[in-house]
Amino acid sequence: MSLLKIDHITKQFGGLTAVSDFYLELEKGELVGLIGPNGAGKTTIFNMINGTYPPTKGKIYFDNKDITQNKPDKIAALGVSRTFQNIRLYPESSVVDNVKVGYHLRVKSSFWGAVFHFPNYVKEENYISQDADSLLSAIGLLKKKGELAGGLPYGDQRRLEICRALATRPKLLLLDEPAAGMNPRETVELMSFIQKIRRQFDLTILLIEHDMKVIMGICERILVLDYGKTIAEGTPGKIQHNPKVIEAYLGTEVSYA
Amino acid sequence: MKLDNRKKQRLNIIAVVGFILLVSWAQITWNPFFTRLANVCAIYVIAAVSINLINGYSGQFSLGHAGFMAIGAYASALLYMSPELKEVNYFITPIIWPLSVIQIPFFPAWIIGGLVAALAGFIIGIPCLRVRGDYLAIVTYGFSEIIRFLICNFQSITNGPLGFKGVPQYTNLWWSWGFALFTVIFIKRLIDSSYGRALRAISGDEVSAEAMGINLFKHKMLAFVLGAFFAGIAGALLPSLLMAIDPYYFQIILTYQFIAIIIMGGLGNITGSVIVGSAFAISLELLRVLETPHVLFTLSIPGIPGMRMLVISILILAVILFRHRGLFGQEISWEWLFSLFSRFSQKLRFRHK
Repeated sequence: MSLLKIDHITKQFGGLTAVSDFYLELEKGELVGLIGPNGAGKTTIFNMINGTYPPTKGKIYFDNKDITQNKPDKIAALGVSRTFQNIRLYPESSVVDNVKVGYHLRVKSSFWGAVFHFPNYVKEENYISQDADSLLSAIGLLKKKGELAGGLPYGDQRRLEICRALATRPKLLLLDEPAAGMNPRETVELMSFIQKIRRQFDLTILLIEHDMKVIMGICERILVLDYGKTIAEGTPGKIQHNPKVIEAYLGTEVSYA
Repeated sequence: MKLDNRKKQRLNIIAVVGFILLVSWAQITWNPFFTRLANVCAIYVIAAVSINLINGYSGQFSLGHAGFMAIGAYASALLYMSPELKEVNYFITPIIWPLSVIQIPFFPAWIIGGLVAALAGFIIGIPCLRVRGDYLAIVTYGFSEIIRFLICNFQSITNGPLGFKGVPQYTNLWWSWGFALFTVIFIKRLIDSSYGRALRAISGDEVSAEAMGINLFKHKMLAFVLGAFFAGIAGALLPSLLMAIDPYYFQIILTYQFIAIIIMGGLGNITGSVIVGSAFAISLELLRVLETPHVLFTLSIPGIPGMRMLVISILILAVILFRHRGLFGQEISWEWLFSLFSRFSQKLRFRHK
């Protein structure tokens, strides 16, 4: 039984086919990498899984439920969370408030309860504060919890975004280039961090990344995308030697006569 | 300086009691001019804080506030005016039946005025909140003008452009400042709650807010309806304070005044809305001098209506240029007051040495 099944989806923007006939099945607990040159359609796939826009053709199933036409907030409530390629935090809010936003979808009290501090709401709010603190300490940002998110260094912002995504308690986590803009030391830390949260939160992870060290280091299975089509699939070892992949990234060798 | 919650609670209670005493003292001893001005201040505070919820915290640029205030004003006045008074007012087109005989006490009529405005907010929110940014501003502005024209034209209900005259004066400082206090506490608690964080997330980044499971439409609607309710409440205080009301009072310029207040006080800053809101109402009165004819040395200056707005727009420009986050960097809190006090006393000690 697969957690996520993407059944041959196609996305067209006007005349441009961004993704064509993409198929993927994710088993529970897998960590799968999605790579490809710029403009191959990787982020478009994320946007379709998370409901930002519906696919032109095909269906997406999560936990055996058809989520193809659902809105992002519904899909998040079902257990899909994501980070963004260009960081999308709330820069004017504090670090801890950014994380707390992730808990809102599970708040049961009505806003009357929130305004007039009904006991149930106070209980929920206390839980959120405690849990947000423990999440922040897990990623090592607890000391900075009062700072504005926009003022954090780049690497910290990336980790904070992952932390916020974890606050929604996802089953499936979509990471869009988490290592972009990180230095080699931060990248190594990120790799062990991803492994850690995967175990700790029992996650299934789909990862877009350009840094091959990350992809080869932690993914069990890799999909290579080029011009919206899957051109290769397999273990890191196989992918590295696949001629099609080398062609997509480096171009073909021209034989001089 | 850190204060524990119990100490803060005690300080809050003391502050509220002090506030009530101050308002009572003002209501009893001040002359009618000053009490009226203080009432207008409270109305501006309620309206500014509530438009700050929509425009400042949730980041939805709405220009519908004057419309909501008009609905609140007319809905409540129609309910608490006596049948005899209505008969006197509607001398051109008689008022339609059920409204002509209804009369209920001021307080319920006032709250119903707010609720009717909230209902209007809900109904127009359904189409309006599908657009964002400048488009939302245009649509809500259109709504506000439509309301005004409807009031002008439904003569058998609203008495058209004639408005109401001789409205009984129920508004006093207890009502107005009492509700202003309630508004501030309500909205402060809302934005500090999980719902407030969701609203601020929407204003920060809609795409990621939605990806984090926040239902955009529902939360924008929440801010919009609450904003409309408080605007209706503020509007409902007007006729019974000014003793007269007509549709021209609710032109778009009224909304612009509140936008000016929240820009000067800072978007998403309640302290700013309260202080600038009051200062704005007072300065409108003080600047009246500019619109009266003057003889300056040998130069005679005619009174030009609209000069006040010129001064205010210069002030807005100055704020945008030099302090674009508003005049108040942070909210006034007990911690802030205590740290200010300790810094001040330290300075004094140095001087004595």
